[in-house]
Amino acid sequence: MPKANIPKLAVWKFASCDGCQLSLLDCEDELLAIAGKIEIANFPEASSAVVKGPYDLSLVEGSITTPHDEERIHKIRKMSKYVITIGACATAGGIQALRNFKDVNEFISLVYARPHYISTLSKSTAIADHIEVDFELRGCPINKNQLLELISAFLHNRKPNIPNYSVCAECKRRGTVCVMVSKGITCMGPVTHAGCNALCPSYNRGCYSCFGPKETPNAASLSRWLLEQGVEKEELVRIFRGFNANAEPFRKESEYYEK
Amino acid sequence: MKVIERKYLENLFDQLKEMGYDLFGPTVHDGAILYDQIESANELPAGWRDKQEKGTYRLEKSGEPSVFAFAAGPHSWKKFLHPAENLLWRAQRTDDGFKVLKDPEPKRKKAFIGVRSCELNAILIQDKVFLNGLAVDASYQALRKDVFIVAVNCTHPAGTCFCASMNTGPGATKGFDISLTEVLDGDRHYFLAESGSSLGDDVLIDISGHDALDDEIATGKKALEDAVGKMGRNLDTTNIKELLYANSESPVWDEVAARCLSCGNCTMVCPTCFCTTVEDKTDLTGQHDERWSKWDSCFSLEFSYIHTGPVRSTVRSRYRQWMTHKLASWIDQFGTSGCVGCGRCITWCPVGIDITEELAAIRNNQTEKTNQI
Ligand code: SF4
Ligand code: SF4
Ligand code: SF4
Ligand code: SF4
Repeated sequence: MPKANIPKLAVWKFASCDGCQLSLLDCEDELLAIAGKIEIANFPEASSAVVKGPYDLSLVEGSITTPHDEERIHKIRKMSKYVITIGACATAGGIQALRNFKDVNEFISLVYARPHYISTLSKSTAIADHIEVDFELRGCPINKNQLLELISAFLHNRKPNIPNYSVCAECKRRGTVCVMVSKGITCMGPVTHAGCNALCPSYNRGCYSCFGPKETPNAASLSRWLLEQGVEKEELVRIFRGFNANAEPFRKESEYYEK
Repeated sequence: MKVIERKYLENLFDQLKEMGYDLFGPTVHDGAILYDQIESANELPAGWRDKQEKGTYRLEKSGEPSVFAFAAGPHSWKKFLHPAENLLWRAQRTDDGFKVLKDPEPKRKKAFIGVRSCELNAILIQDKVFLNGLAVDASYQALRKDVFIVAVNCTHPAGTCFCASMNTGPGATKGFDISLTEVLDGDRHYFLAESGSSLGDDVLIDISGHDALDDEIATGKKALEDAVGKMGRNLDTTNIKELLYANSESPVWDEVAARCLSCGNCTMVCPTCFCTTVEDKTDLTGQHDERWSKWDSCFSLEFSYIHTGPVRSTVRSRYRQWMTHKLASWIDQFGTSGCVGCGRCITWCPVGIDITEELAAIRNNQTEKTNQI
């Protein structure tokens, strides 16, 4: 393939823990197989060499938390043919979006010795709240196989096989015994986006909703059922306020029970 | 009919293994009774029984030696005949196109031990779906071939069972090679065995036992009759097709949609639900492609996606699709109900939605409407 036709990939980081980028690094062996087919043009976590834009594919990790982030994400959009956001921070605001439920200035004055040096926004928000995004890959962190599937689909110009139905579908396909029904363990699976292959239930734990809300989630019904089973309201607030606390259906649900 | 004492049940296992069968049957795992490959009668759930209600399933010790004193669990035989994830074919790119790689067909024969009457009926329903005239499903056909079925008549139905309403149990009447009724009578623990095929005859003949005596037959019959009364649910099937077709706009759909999570658990545990999606997967290099079929569910938004968007965007329309298909349009499509009354969808719904209650609600609502006129 002539160099000009090789797609250029860039990886960008905003407020995040780097875990999702590490999932990409973890794909090392698989990516080696296509070393000549894709150019990793900008991936500071892996290499300091930077190839200038524009880019064919930008993978964006992290949420928008500062005025500087806001400017930067618009620049990235302008330089990129496709923007794909990866992980709960980029797709929902991440765990740092817990600040959205409180006054951020209070945190700043408590945490930093010189609060006036800190320039931050009052809320942590998803990338799609600021720019047009072509695809959102969910998870905290993202699933390596889904990332590879996404890159394969991109390279071969096909639709990625990344369904947005519930974790329960994956749970049932692998034959796991439902922990809610058989053990009364609180599980977020029925309102959570598939992608992890129902990992936690297979270890006898309820789903923590690392992948955030599924399509048309019915959080209110799950809450009502859990209340009937004796789960406390405070606990409901806590389960909806995880890595995807700022995803609209979960935010609404936790706010409802906080009142 | 033959009587096999408990201690000779192992003979049946040995006999089938000798004939080249891999054995699959119920066994306790992860707090539930699952279907898995087993080697011996010792792996059966001796001394266990299940308690099932809507949205709950618990195992408890029964204090009795019975090995089949429980009802349908989370798994169904569908997982062996219509696997949840199934590789249809693989292909490799070549210089002049691509080559389809042939995978070897499964060679070992399977024997299913402990198939309940509702489940037997479910298998016969899936036979109609997959082996029907023009549209034969090759994968199902290969997996279904040579399956030896040991049925077990249900003497311990669960709180969510209603096979008696659906005419699919609790006793097995067809589709088996051997059927067993487990009897505990004082100190005695035996099985009444009946053959349902010539292969069944061949197997039974070599197993230690005696011709059943009248009182043994009567004890087994009584246990089965009593089972009907122990069923926790019932469903009124009178004019069921017409009822559902006439009530596609019932307010009951809105009410159930407010509770339904559209999680798809009910369709996945249902032994007759057959829907799949097909995924084509190229790898990173683009040299290799695989086509997989995977269980799908009419509860997902993507299920009804056509060019401009999903046809069933509301959960109301998805629940209605599920129930109307199971209980009404299935009859037009395949000549039987799509429900065998196993109760799995009730037990395994994470928020306890009960198909028998919902149908009754639709019926009541219709009656109220008619009375008002
Ligand atoms: S364990 Fe959780 S994810 Fe699995 S089926 Fe039950 S509710 Fe769904
Ligand atoms: S609809 Fe429910 S009760 Fe009927 S066969 Fe399916 S899972 Fe069993
Ligand atoms: S009820 Fe739904 S999942 Fe089941 S067979 Fe019908 S359409 Fe398919
Ligand atoms: S009826 Fe129950 S199991 Fe079925 S989709 Fe709705 S919530 Fe899930």
